[in-house]
Amino acid sequence: MTTQRDAFGARLGMWLFLFSELLLFGGLFLLYAVYLARYPSEFAAGGQQLDTLLGTGNTLLLITSSLTVALALSALQQGRRQLCQMLLCATILASLLFLTIKGIEWQAKFGHGLFPGGAELETLPAGQQIFFSLYFVTTGLHGLHVLIGAALLLWTLGLTRKGLVSAENPVMLENSALYWHLVDLIWIFIFPLYYLLL
Amino acid sequence: MNQTTHGALSFRCLTTVWILLLVLTGITVGVSHLDLGAINIWAALGIATLKASLVVFYFMHLKHEPRLLVICLFIALLTLAAFIGLTFLDVLYR
Repeated sequence: MTTQRDAFGARLGMWLFLFSELLLFGGLFLLYAVYLARYPSEFAAGGQQLDTLLGTGNTLLLITSSLTVALALSALQQGRRQLCQMLLCATILASLLFLTIKGIEWQAKFGHGLFPGGAELETLPAGQQIFFSLYFVTTGLHGLHVLIGAALLLWTLGLTRKGLVSAENPVMLENSALYWHLVDLIWIFIFPLYYLLL
Repeated sequence: MNQTTHGALSFRCLTTVWILLLVLTGITVGVSHLDLGAINIWAALGIATLKASLVVFYFMHLKHEPRLLVICLFIALLTLAAFIGLTFLDVLYR
């Protein structure tokens, strides 16, 4: 019995799913845009309280992990399985580092009473409360995607070790890489909008 | 298997895209230190869009996918743009 595979169909399905993710985050960016137009100075004041250094570090981490997962796919397609697995490990490591940095950031904010429903947050002007609420929802949802992406890549790594994902059948790596790139894409917009706001 | 898998992108090509992404990140951080008023947000969005296109077309291989996928992407983006545009028609002119 021969198995019929449709690699393009599998990728098309993944892309359609990514479009729905795009609209999910799009809704959050829409809220951001509307409230930025209403409270420009409060948003700027909120943005200045975010740690630009940690934000930039996380940006570099995600961009680099996007590279390593793209390289992993190329390595697999060239039949270099060992290299592919090493690159996947590097990507997963970067995702864990990203989450650690995010955790440090959140912890600092929580320590200052800046969290949804926190005592300090309630004393801030309305515009800043909205800024921090959107910050926590958007980076929280993004962080959840990082976690899911890392889990997917870990699973793919296991399948690659077993030889179930290979140059002949790379769909699982192609699609989890696409998901990982989406996580990077969303962050590319979160970073300047939240951390670099003047 | 007809036209199902595209060829592997070379390591050199992917690394070049990565370097460009790093440079653009540096530019966006640099521009954020200049006070340009309303231009700041548009510069940030412009650079972010440029970075996103690099990721989509090279890292995500869209450049080598059939035209159908590119059309789908633009429909998704137009939908998002319509949402945002129509919302602003409301909130800006209330």
